[in-house]
Amino acid sequence: MKRVSLVVTLAIAAGLSAQAASAQTLKTVKDRGMLSCGVSQGLPGFSSPDDKGNWTGLDVDVCRAIAAAVFNDATKVKFVPLSAKDRFTALQSGEIDVLSRNTTWTLSRDTSLGANFTGVTYYDGQGFLVKKSLKVNSALELNSASVCVQTGTTTEQNLADYFKGNNMKYEVIAFGTADETVKAYESGRCDVFTSDVSQLYAERLKLANPADHAVLPEVISKEPLGPMVRHGDDQWFDIVKWTLFAMINAEELGVTQKNVDEMAKSDKPDLKRAFGTDGNLGEQLGLTKDWVSRIVKAVGNYGESFDRNVGAGSKLGIARGLNQLWNKGGIQYAPPIR
Amino acid sequence: MAIEPRKPPPQFVAKLQRALGGRAGWGGFVVQILFVAVLAWIAYEIVANARANLQAQRITAGFGFLANTAGFDVSQNLIPYSGSDTYTRVFLVGLLNTLLVSVIGIFFATVIGFIVALGRLSPNWLLARIAGGYVELVRNLPPLFQILFWYLAVLAALPNPRQSISIFGSFFLSNRGLVIPKPIGNPGFEPFVIATVIAIVAAIALWRYSRRALFESGRVIKVWPYALGLLIGLPLLTALIFGAPVSFEVPVLKGFNFAGGSRVIPEFVALTLALSTYTAAFIAEIVRAGIQSVHKGQMEAGSSLGLQRGSVLRLIVIPQAMRVILPPLTNQYLNLTKNSSLAVAIGYPDLVSVFAGTTLSQTGQAIEIIGITMGVYLLISLITSAIMSFYGWRLGRSLAP
Repeated sequence: MKRVSLVVTLAIAAGLSAQAASAQTLKTVKDRGMLSCGVSQGLPGFSSPDDKGNWTGLDVDVCRAIAAAVFNDATKVKFVPLSAKDRFTALQSGEIDVLSRNTTWTLSRDTSLGANFTGVTYYDGQGFLVKKSLKVNSALELNSASVCVQTGTTTEQNLADYFKGNNMKYEVIAFGTADETVKAYESGRCDVFTSDVSQLYAERLKLANPADHAVLPEVISKEPLGPMVRHGDDQWFDIVKWTLFAMINAEELGVTQKNVDEMAKSDKPDLKRAFGTDGNLGEQLGLTKDWVSRIVKAVGNYGESFDRNVGAGSKLGIARGLNQLWNKGGIQYAPPIR
Repeated sequence: MAIEPRKPPPQFVAKLQRALGGRAGWGGFVVQILFVAVLAWIAYEIVANARANLQAQRITAGFGFLANTAGFDVSQNLIPYSGSDTYTRVFLVGLLNTLLVSVIGIFFATVIGFIVALGRLSPNWLLARIAGGYVELVRNLPPLFQILFWYLAVLAALPNPRQSISIFGSFFLSNRGLVIPKPIGNPGFEPFVIATVIAIVAAIALWRYSRRALFESGRVIKVWPYALGLLIGLPLLTALIFGAPVSFEVPVLKGFNFAGGSRVIPEFVALTLALSTYTAAFIAEIVRAGIQSVHKGQMEAGSSLGLQRGSVLRLIVIPQAMRVILPPLTNQYLNLTKNSSLAVAIGYPDLVSVFAGTTLSQTGQAIEIIGITMGVYLLISLITSAIMSFYGWRLGRSLAP
């Protein structure tokens, strides 16, 4: 009896110390046969399930692209819906392999959470949603307003900075999830709902009468949203980073979901490098030579994904704006595949 | 003949042996020491391993974050707080909000619980059925659901501030909460408070004097007119000499909300209502069980002495029932305190919401913050049980023959 408990103890201790070894995420993912991807609890355009339980959105496409690159099968993703305040803990504890959940890249998040941002999927900023009946035209008219925010976001601090900076008073009511926040705004508990502008457009669609609400013109912060991975696995960091870069480069090179097979046969040197007919760049990442065509076949290039999920081809209808490619007036820019 | 030194009684060693080693004696003692050592080693491994992992992943660890600036605001703070204060201050604000809702919730839950229990035991058929229906309905619905019901169905139905319900032009009820005039201390405030305290102390002394007179010599002295005179007269006199102790800042509608005055936020009201009515249903059953556990003969004996039903309950039955009621009642108090962490669903800034929520996600230091929060709840619960045990001990002493 005594001996048994000692053995058990040793086993537990061994198990605990085994965790200490740095995780080989790519191997773990391949062994599992599934990518575990942290997403939002339902934000139209970025990550939300449809009535059949299929996840769609810009953030979802990033995960599908990674799965396509690793497994050549974009469906091999398990989506884990996370609230804003649980997301980092889920990544740190290894519950998810990548966090692709409209998360703002900040210095403190990059340094203190034990995780790295891999790039920017969407350049956003914080704005305000108000009822049109209040007849407010500018955020500077919001003195003494009640403001609903979702807790665990950069939004709370930006809000405090903005009202303090403009010498305005306000009352903040912070809720655990986006749905609770919108519910409270709709019930009249708050005059204003504040969040990233893209999210305001998305949440507005869920309101009873979207046309009664307007997004104010002020954008009070920079919110570059991007995927995150854990520290300590540079190979995995590179894979997630270059998956997004591959999507952006594909758009720049004119590779689309439709013409990808045709383009793969091209003689142009930059296309040959991207499609792996020249060199082995994909294998250097730990993937296969045809990684780019796998990604584009699965989710399309960055522009296609943007249009389908948040842009002109979607219900949100958000203009490309900052998220246009660098050579077309925006700031989306990916390092070259070479 | 030399006097033998007194040896400890032989049972002492045996007792010590049993206490340390159980029935197995000294052998058991060794096993226990080994067991504690193994536990300590496991605990050390867990801490050391977590620390190594955190360092390997370069996740910030330690309690240094408590001195950093929080940078966010909180809707209800009992102590002065602004966004430029530290996370320690946020912790205190959240803790006080949790304690506030717990203490007020416990008070109302107890009052409602006792009333419902007495109603359920009442000979009045209708009253008993209503009380029974209340218990069955409320205790069988999940508390989170009840909190959301009060918040989203009842309080959200109130009008917006511009159409708020006004009482005497100085109290305003709207979906932003209840706004009341805020008392502001005048120079006459301090003498007023001192006079009130003196009056209360004097009234208590009078009451004790009359009780002693009743028990020792059987004299009945009517003291309440004097006590009342003291309680009203003394503060009134100081107010006449020094001027009005407080003036009131009446809230005025300005922009979106009311400016001035004090405000009770709807999140607090919804949470307190939900927690106290929910817990009251359980307390009612506990009190009913306690009262029914007292032998029927006690009730009959009281009646045969000529006491009324209320007096029998108050003087004879409830004091005896308290011994049965107290331990499960403590459990309910602890449950209410812990259930108050459901506050985050409706945006009430309790400890879990502002500290284990916002602070956690801003600093990312999950282990430290969850550890502190768990420790705090444990401490609150232990203090609550200690108070209740002390009360039970006093009760047991006073009931002892």
